[in-house]
Amino acid sequence: MKTVIKVENISKIYNLGELGTGSISKDLSTWYAKVRGIDNPNSKIEIIQNENLNRADHHVALSNVSFDVKEGEVLGIIGKNGAGKSTLLKILSRVTTPTTGQFKVRGRIASLLEVGTGFHPELTGRENVYLNGAILGMTKYEIKSKFNEIVEFSGVEKFIDTPVKRYSSGMYVRLAFAVAAHLEPEILIVDEVLAVGDMEFQKKCLGKMKDVSEQGRTVLFVSHNMNAMQQLCTNGILISKGQLTMQGNINSVVNTYVESAKQDALLNEDFSRRGNKSIKFKSFYISNYNGERITGIQMGGDLYLNISFEKITNVASIDISFTIKNSLGEAITHMQNMDSDFEIPKKDGETRIKVKVNNILLVPGSYFISIWAGTNTEAYDCIENCIHFDVYNNPEFNRFVFPHNIKTFIKSDWNEVID
Amino acid sequence: MVTVMVTVMDKGMAQKQSRNSRKLFMEKEDEWTMIVKPKNNWFDFHFKDLWNYRDLIFLFVKRDFVAVYKQTILGPLWYIIQPLLTTITFTIIFGNIAKLSTDGMPHVLFYLSGITLWNYFAECLNKTSNTFISNAHIFGKVYFPRLTVPVSIIISNLITFLIQFLLFLGVLLYYTSFRNDIHPNLFIVLLPLLVLVMAGIGLGLGIIISSLTTKYRDLRFLIVFGVQLLMFATPVIYPLSSLNEKQKFVILLNPLSSIIETFRYAFTGVGEFSWFYLGYSFFFMLMVILVGVLLFNKVERSFMDTV
Repeated sequence: MKTVIKVENISKIYNLGELGTGSISKDLSTWYAKVRGIDNPNSKIEIIQNENLNRADHHVALSNVSFDVKEGEVLGIIGKNGAGKSTLLKILSRVTTPTTGQFKVRGRIASLLEVGTGFHPELTGRENVYLNGAILGMTKYEIKSKFNEIVEFSGVEKFIDTPVKRYSSGMYVRLAFAVAAHLEPEILIVDEVLAVGDMEFQKKCLGKMKDVSEQGRTVLFVSHNMNAMQQLCTNGILISKGQLTMQGNINSVVNTYVESAKQDALLNEDFSRRGNKSIKFKSFYISNYNGERITGIQMGGDLYLNISFEKITNVASIDISFTIKNSLGEAITHMQNMDSDFEIPKKDGETRIKVKVNNILLVPGSYFISIWAGTNTEAYDCIENCIHFDVYNNPEFNRFVFPHNIKTFIKSDWNEVID
Repeated sequence: MVTVMVTVMDKGMAQKQSRNSRKLFMEKEDEWTMIVKPKNNWFDFHFKDLWNYRDLIFLFVKRDFVAVYKQTILGPLWYIIQPLLTTITFTIIFGNIAKLSTDGMPHVLFYLSGITLWNYFAECLNKTSNTFISNAHIFGKVYFPRLTVPVSIIISNLITFLIQFLLFLGVLLYYTSFRNDIHPNLFIVLLPLLVLVMAGIGLGLGIIISSLTTKYRDLRFLIVFGVQLLMFATPVIYPLSSLNEKQKFVILLNPLSSIIETFRYAFTGVGEFSWFYLGYSFFFMLMVILVGVLLFNKVERSFMDTV
């Protein structure tokens, strides 16, 4: 088997805070110093050496990642949010460049970080198929020869000459995915795009992905859906905190990932805390009704929050609350023990509490939970964005896409009024 | 007959050869299609890439052209209304109120001859200078040669220019029908060159600015009124002949001046023509495109981190 992608020591470091030096004159002097071959007087990021990787003004998204992908391999890339998966995909898709290291590719590479990139609302479905196909790297001839297939796959034949702004969100996504599914590069990079459409359409997509891999083409696949991963991929790599921690058979990688997610329940000293330490949170994890630790939940499901704390000094009373925030940091909802008239026990040693959160109707996406313990007047312990979980779409709700900025989903019953 | 045969054979051979070389290339372990490194060479262009994406350029042109006037009542008529309204405004303000000289030409013809080509330049510059920022959402999701966007802007504006040029020709015909002081002359054959230089300077400056705006957003605001001011430093609303020698020298330093002046001279016989200044504009265009492509090439690979 030939190696089709060879990733060699790729690192990506983002410069946090102000971009550049902030002024043209400083940038010019930096540039002038560089031209003369002397050290940069405003040096901050010019040469990144391993010892200053941990500086506060840098964010190391990836550090020294190396791996090979063989021809025909379907490689799953697994990791928690913020682990660096997306950065890796962006680098491999050539959307951005690595800070150090390099990668080599054999063959044509196409990436699907999003479906429908470049769709223009005013153009018809037909025009958008051509435009989107060309953006993804197809020639006009290729699109033309596959046009009928694409339209048939999408199931929007009737509306193909209607501007896409008149499409329902479902139709829009189907058409967009259909174009993407008919790309025929030697190497395909796919990010989470299967999370669109209804159950039937998702099955169709999964089937299409399988076809692609069976044709001997190489696929790199990122998803939070471990089932899809295990169905599609042969091998996997695990990325955590920007480093490649494991590489091998997909099942073993998925298992390691699920195990490591459980380990994260312990709240050690790494977490930044606020409060007077009268009590201290010991562990926090989320689970399903069976008590199994999970990293995500389907819309409409019940979420169990398992928290334990230790009393350090005597306190008059304890209140505990949780805040769920979305990936933009907006607080979505708040829960506290008074909600069900529950009194937090004040016994010595460790106390464990289980909270059932009913019927999670948050829109699909990433969420964080912050935990807080205290009273009306003081905070004992507080950890912001303590854990992260995902909400997956639920086909039962018949909702394929949510408009932008929508935060929660409230079920509604619709009826015609007949006198 | 024979030559045709030869070319056909040549083609066949070439195909066979390329197939062989591809086979060879596939077998050789060390050969890679692409090696991506953190930084590329200043002169590491991918013009072939751009050529491979020519269909995309064409589709961008189509999109820009089709999408702009969708859901407007007058549709493509706007392409004609815009320069007409501008001309009328100029005629009233600069012609009738300020009483600026038009070298004895009818006001409408004079102003239209200036702004037809000027608009092309201004649009090219305004639109290309926004390349990175207005396409960030697409550039952030998929790779294609970024230069396709500014190039497609130049082409789609060329179509707009041609429509407006037809309007100009119409007005020109109307005036020549009853006036005999308007003399279109042989210099008309220079038109493609004038358009090329205009497009080239617009593209070059545009991509320089778009490359710099990924870091210095201020330039975006500067460009909007910068283009407006630049128009006054170009003989669009006044003829070169109305200036004294000193002023003329300064205005002709602006590489756009000789283009506008030559255009007006070719179609109306009024104005001045100089090979020297035209050559200067051409040279300026080459330089600005070279610098632009260099900068753009440098920025495009990692602009997503700074935009």
